[in-house]
Amino acid sequence: MLIATLLIFGAALVGPVVHRLLGRFAAPVLALAPLAGFIYFLREAKRIFEGGSVFENWNWAPELGVMLGFRLDGLALLFALLVTGVGVLVVVYAGAYLKGHVHLGRFYSYLLGFMGSMLGLVLTDNVIALFVFWELTSITSYLLIGFDHQRKAARDSALQALLVTGIGGLALLAGLVLLGVLGMQASLDDPWSVSGLIEGLAGGAIDRDSGLVHGAVVLILLGALTKSAIFPFHFWLPGAMEAPTPVSAYLHSSTMVKAGIFLIARFQQGFSGMALWDTTLVVLGGITMVGTVFLASRQTYYKKLLAYSTTSSLGAMAMLLGLGANAAVGAMGYLFAHAMFKGALFLVAGNVDHGAHEKDTEKVGGLAGKMPLTFAAALLAAASMAGVAPMLGFAAKKLMKYGLHGSEWETILVVGVTAFSVMTAMVACMVGVLPFIGKLKGSAGEAHEVSPGLLFGPLVLAVLGVVAGVMPGWFAAPLIASAASSVAGAEKSVSIGLGSLMKADLSMALTVGAIVAGVVLFVVRALWRRATSPVEWLDVVGPARMYTRSVSGTLWLAWWQTRILQNGYLRHYVWTILGTTIALVGYGLYRSGIERIPLPIDQPFYFEIALVMFIMAGAIGASTIRTRLAVVSVLGIVGFAIAAVYVIFGAFDVAMTQFAIETLIVIILVLVVYHLPRFRSFSTPISRWMDVLLALGFGAMMTVLALLAADVTLSGPISDYFAENAAPVAYGRNVVNVILVDFRATDTFGEIVVLALAALGVMTLLRLRASNPNGGTEGDGGKGEGA
Amino acid sequence: MNLLLSITVGVLFAASIYMILRRSVVKLIIGLVLLGHGANLLIFLSSGLVRGRPPLVPMGESRLEGEYSDPLPAALILTAIVISFGIVSFAAVLVKRAYQEVGTDDLDEMKNTDR
Amino acid sequence: MRSLIFRTSSVFLLPALLVFSVVVLFRGHNEPGGGFVGGLLAASAFSLYALAYSVEEARRLLPLSLTTILGLGLAIALLSGAPAMLMGDAWFTGVWPQGLPAFGEVKFGTVTLFDIGVYLVVLAVTLIMILSLAEDAE
Repeated sequence: MLIATLLIFGAALVGPVVHRLLGRFAAPVLALAPLAGFIYFLREAKRIFEGGSVFENWNWAPELGVMLGFRLDGLALLFALLVTGVGVLVVVYAGAYLKGHVHLGRFYSYLLGFMGSMLGLVLTDNVIALFVFWELTSITSYLLIGFDHQRKAARDSALQALLVTGIGGLALLAGLVLLGVLGMQASLDDPWSVSGLIEGLAGGAIDRDSGLVHGAVVLILLGALTKSAIFPFHFWLPGAMEAPTPVSAYLHSSTMVKAGIFLIARFQQGFSGMALWDTTLVVLGGITMVGTVFLASRQTYYKKLLAYSTTSSLGAMAMLLGLGANAAVGAMGYLFAHAMFKGALFLVAGNVDHGAHEKDTEKVGGLAGKMPLTFAAALLAAASMAGVAPMLGFAAKKLMKYGLHGSEWETILVVGVTAFSVMTAMVACMVGVLPFIGKLKGSAGEAHEVSPGLLFGPLVLAVLGVVAGVMPGWFAAPLIASAASSVAGAEKSVSIGLGSLMKADLSMALTVGAIVAGVVLFVVRALWRRATSPVEWLDVVGPARMYTRSVSGTLWLAWWQTRILQNGYLRHYVWTILGTTIALVGYGLYRSGIERIPLPIDQPFYFEIALVMFIMAGAIGASTIRTRLAVVSVLGIVGFAIAAVYVIFGAFDVAMTQFAIETLIVIILVLVVYHLPRFRSFSTPISRWMDVLLALGFGAMMTVLALLAADVTLSGPISDYFAENAAPVAYGRNVVNVILVDFRATDTFGEIVVLALAALGVMTLLRLRASNPNGGTEGDGGKGEGA
Repeated sequence: MNLLLSITVGVLFAASIYMILRRSVVKLIIGLVLLGHGANLLIFLSSGLVRGRPPLVPMGESRLEGEYSDPLPAALILTAIVISFGIVSFAAVLVKRAYQEVGTDDLDEMKNTDR
Repeated sequence: MRSLIFRTSSVFLLPALLVFSVVVLFRGHNEPGGGFVGGLLAASAFSLYALAYSVEEARRLLPLSLTTILGLGLAIALLSGAPAMLMGDAWFTGVWPQGLPAFGEVKFGTVTLFDIGVYLVVLAVTLIMILSLAEDAE
């Protein structure tokens, strides 16, 4: 499994190169990577269907006991097959759709990178890896949505998607870490494995009534709901339609947005039964399901229609998962059917755009004759979406309704699902039928059928929907059953044979009725839109508006605090930093008792006292004398006096270095000061006295710290080691030098590298001008260059 | 001596902070030099002072015996001195170039030039 | 600055200081001294000469360009860690090959190479700073 994931990431890496070498054959070649994965997962499928699961463990950081675990169970299998299978089709499709695009190579990279992340996400068994893959999908999808980065709309939508899912991702991380900590407290074998945690939660090892678990639930849900565009985070998905169509088809119908659903399904066993978890999912999922399909019914743009109806389907899945184990079959069945028909319809939308150059479903008509194969795919997929027998969508709708049985909210949910079915059927007509029927309209006259590369994907997906519906036993039923079993944690069987579903009962009546009502709504759609126009005021207060507000609010806040804190005055920074330091350290000293500061009284020699007086006088002199050269000389004296202190206390090497450096610094300062103006007084007397106060406060603090530090005897175990080993092991009697060149040679090397960089910096600074003599804004080039 | 040197450290820091707070860039550099001295002396002090016993293993012996100046702070300070030389030189050149480009040595005026 | 006495004395000072700096470098392992101090001394020697005559003449005395010396020093210091690696120790562990001539107490090992690298880097860095500033001032 790791290999399959890495293979796809590898393909992402070489994508641009392959594209440059192979041109239009790059797409099929690159599609081999997901195809290999697809075949691998198919081979494993049999074992999964029999109720097994495949584990794989790789050492990640063995020293820390961290394993990179992979797990393939029913749920992971369903997703892995979708990711790789639809992945193959989308790569091929993208190759044809973006033919000739300058950045097609880059596009392959992003797309395959996303694919690898998504595959890793559904397969991993480690919570940290789960989060990493989760964020990778957010980042790659940011790149994909903003692929047309020259358009502002694309950039904005990409950012919006990234911010919304990114905030959710952070919440998810917090939730997962919280769970891991709980797992550690419950001393699970591996508190960072997903399966271990879920077992712990389901088995009672982790107390589900505790507040921390509830916190984790909220955080994880926040992650899942943002990712899957569930109300109130549904607004980013329609915006994400700025992405190229293959991206919409892949990310925003089949895979990425379902990552949230995957996460919910994954943790279903662990949290199901908690009122917080169930209620949130049912309520928010239900609102999304009905609300966004209603929004969809008012759209005319192809991809917006599909986007809103996708959020509504995601809402339906979330709602079903909230209903518990009974509805798991319905959720998985609908997820599977949706991935196929919605993927196909998105690709159809791309074909219509490509063949007829029209994005608005109302403005084009009669394409059936011009684009027969696209129409066939559209019709099949739309039929599945509307829930027409014998498509898989029909079975999925029935399974959904079975899932509602026994719920305490059954009545209202049945009403909701029926409303959802009606409007979904209407939307299906608009996307699958409207552009193709009737008189030739708009640009349809010049329309043409698209190339095989563009037909392959939608046709395969649409036909699979029929095959799955007609022959469910072949692959659809076991796939859905095993996924549902691993969601529910109990064996689930699925009978979606047409015979068993075709019963004249209430649910059948509702299903048929919904389709009929949907078609009627479709016919009177103009009237419908006018009748529902009052909802437009929602735009003003809706979550999308809140998003815009909070983004601009954040920007304003950042600007404001930057203006306050980063005002560009060095002394303000110094004041802030030192003032805070003095306050905090002073408080600490006060708390620990000021009388504990040791005041060692010993008998210094007279020349030592003289030396110290010299240094202090020099320091004070350097800060008060107003002649530049005098200051530099005083500085030199201070340096030499300090070097003398080093000599007295046995640091000969340091003293020698200090002597040499002091000489050189004086030379350098003279060379520099020579070119600078005389000292002038810029500050007002008040600010000068304030500065004196701060400086004295800081100096006093450092004195106290120095006294305290000298009192602490860290009777150097490190130095003892050096003292013991310098001569016998490192053959050097000067311990200081042995430390520098042997014991701590790596540090010293780092230091000489820093020195080298400083020298290069000086050289660059001085040469920069030489090549650009008139670079100065004030035209001061002459000053340094004369002579 | 410890007390005296601790006060010296404080004076060095105070003088350097005062100079860093000035508006003239040249004073800023002088402040940096003093800051380096103060910090080095602080490290030196914190290891404890031992007069006239450098950490040199006497000829023919295998290790340091008895009291001796701690070699580790000495090694740290030695490199710190050289590094602060590098920093001060770089800062000095930077200031010089900035003055040539901008035409002022007042930090407040310099700030206005990058608007 | 360019008095006759200063000029004449710097001609004699330069070689004397250079020899002294090398002595300081090599004895550094046993007595106070070492690459840092040695490099600084050598740099002061050249700086004196540059102040007495001119930067250009000081540069002419150097066998290699300063940036080459800088790179050479870094390379020597870095590569002095390699033998230890080859012998299975951590990088920068001192290796003291047997049988090399020793001058009294001064022995040769990879750490000597390292110190030479430090010497060259410090020499080059200091000279780059002082000479290019002095050039700018001329």
